Amino acid sequence: MKLNRREALWVGLGGMAALVPGLAAAATVEDLTAAFTGGATPAEGGGITLTAPEIAENGNTVPISVEAPGATAIMLLASGNPEAGVATFTFGPAAGGHMAATRIRLAKTQDVIALAKMPDGSILRTQATVKVTIGGCGG
Amino acid sequence: MISRREFLQASAAASVIVGAAGFGNWSRLAAQQALTQDQLLAFEDFGNVTLVHLTDVHAQLRPIWFREPEVNLGVGEARGRPPHLTGAEFLKAFNIAPGTPEAYALTHEDFVALGRAYGRMGGMDRVATVVKAIRAARPEAIVLDGGDTWHGSMTSFLTKGQDMVNVMSALGVEAMTSHWEWTFGSARVNEIVEALPFPFLGANIFDAEWDEPAFEPYAVFERGGTRVAVIGQAFPYMPIANPKWMFPEYAFGIREERMQQVVDEVRADGAELVVCLSHNGFDVDHKMASRVRGIDVILTGHTHDAIPEPVVVGETILIASGSHGKFVSRVDLQVESGRMTGFRHRLIPVFSDVIAPDPEMAALIEAERAPFRDQLEEVIGTTETLLYRRGNFNGTWDDLICEAIRAERDAEIALSPGVRWGATLMPGDPITREDIHNVTTMTYGQVYRTEMTGETLKAVLEDVADNLFNPDPYYQQGGDMVRVGGLGFTIDIGKPIGERIGGLHLTDSGEALDPARSYVVAGWASVNEGTEGPQIWDVVEAHVRKVGTVRLTPSASVTVTGT
Repeated sequence: MKLNRREALWVGLGGMAALVPGLAAAATVEDLTAAFTGGATPAEGGGITLTAPEIAENGNTVPISVEAPGATAIMLLASGNPEAGVATFTFGPAAGGHMAATRIRLAKTQDVIALAKMPDGSILRTQATVKVTIGGCGG
Repeated sequence: MISRREFLQASAAASVIVGAAGFGNWSRLAAQQALTQDQLLAFEDFGNVTLVHLTDVHAQLRPIWFREPEVNLGVGEARGRPPHLTGAEFLKAFNIAPGTPEAYALTHEDFVALGRAYGRMGGMDRVATVVKAIRAARPEAIVLDGGDTWHGSMTSFLTKGQDMVNVMSALGVEAMTSHWEWTFGSARVNEIVEALPFPFLGANIFDAEWDEPAFEPYAVFERGGTRVAVIGQAFPYMPIANPKWMFPEYAFGIREERMQQVVDEVRADGAELVVCLSHNGFDVDHKMASRVRGIDVILTGHTHDAIPEPVVVGETILIASGSHGKFVSRVDLQVESGRMTGFRHRLIPVFSDVIAPDPEMAALIEAERAPFRDQLEEVIGTTETLLYRRGNFNGTWDDLICEAIRAERDAEIALSPGVRWGATLMPGDPITREDIHNVTTMTYGQVYRTEMTGETLKAVLEDVADNLFNPDPYYQQGGDMVRVGGLGFTIDIGKPIGERIGGLHLTDSGEALDPARSYVVAGWASVNEGTEGPQIWDVVEAHVRKVGTVRLTPSASVTVTGT
């Protein structure tokens, strides 16, 4: 069977449950973090990699990817959007990789935050600043 | 600031790289009028690999005047560090005596007087002589072009870059990367690349839809028994700093993790020397060198810096080769057992009156110019003022352009892009149509006329200032501050975005800008598709014709603090 990329993406999505937290109006980063961590204090730095452009080429569709080997769930937050919640990705025991890539809309320059829940209940956290510019003149 | 002595000690302390660098010391020779081509090209061969680097030629086929910046402020860790030194500080840091050929080539100090003594710089026929001389000594030298090559002159505009493609192919370039090349549009870039006799590299050029690599990331050369990988890094902020509608299929970005992945890939493939041919800009490359492991040499470009010694970051050396054909870098490297163990470097200044033109290249350049000669060389006016652009804020060329825009488009305020390209004219020089194109040519040169509120104008200035003065170089785009006419402001470069710009006022009346009022603003180089208006070079030409002789008083509309 010849599998093209578009079909591959659908297959990929089928194996992953994506949940967009958007039920409560404008839940804050703190609310969403607390709900995700269950009170555990996130450890900064190692074990989780967030890849984002430093300056968005198009704020309406910013490619973001996140990887946390071994994670059971990863939550992405856009701290400066009217609704901070972007997505929570959950990984089952048979997951081959613990990474997710998506494109998100960013209203303005802000920090994108990623949190990973590990099997022992501990939480890893990292963030990256994505600048959304009104255009410039490069030399 | 690192002195030459400290630099050598630092290298020795790292005990990995031992190196030597030099810019020569020709002041005495010049005083004796004995500066010769042989002295400029003198180089004691070293090691087993030779790199030749030129970058940001901006389509300057013939010798030009080019005044280096008087103001080139660094922020954060880059404050006071090369290339953020100018004038006397620069000379002191590199132990160069004022008034010497080196001082003339590398700084703005006493530019007019020294220019009269030492003459124009560059010219691709002189560059060809330099490259041929290096190849005669080192037949396996790798000649690399850092991009911003196809854009910047009237002939390159009229031929859509073809004149430069022909010249660089004849020069024997073996790989290049890109920036302004893309402003001819992706169809034209792909058309040229298909016929180009050398690779057009960009590890960070991706397909915008699929987010996967779209161009060759690197080229491998077997030279002197050594396997050399050259990785290309195109200008990261193409779709932000230039009109993305001209190349919508592609995405760029610094993509540090991608660079690390490519370095690891070429190392695993047996590369003993890893070279990054970069159009990141110097401060971005400085940071990248500190974070990506395994790059031996970064040949930097984009920010137009000429630095007479390599800058060492960890185990990586950064080579900055200036712009507009003023300099060619030669780097000899010792590579043994899969690692770089030493280097010798010279930033060769291309004094056009000292280095003989290569006859074949001179003939090619003449042939490229011939169809357009009458248009190029028509004299439009004269200048009594030194006309230059390079520097963080308005140069005199920018003042003239803004004056032309306000007069010809009847605007209260003029905005002009803070690009770093554009040749200088000396007092007394005629202003030809080609000279005007040298500071204005582009594929999106329409002069718009619109209304903006005081609030919007402040937001624009804040946004551009952050592209230049964000303390993290990865958030800098490498241009200079937007140039203004009819508008004055203060800027505190040490503050964050939103707090740098103040004191906005109209220079004619001294009246403070009202955030709520709309002002008539005209400018050029809009990145928006469908911008309408006359071309900027026609606007400037019309103005210069009316003025006849250009006489400008230095602009004092911008006050800088926080340095």
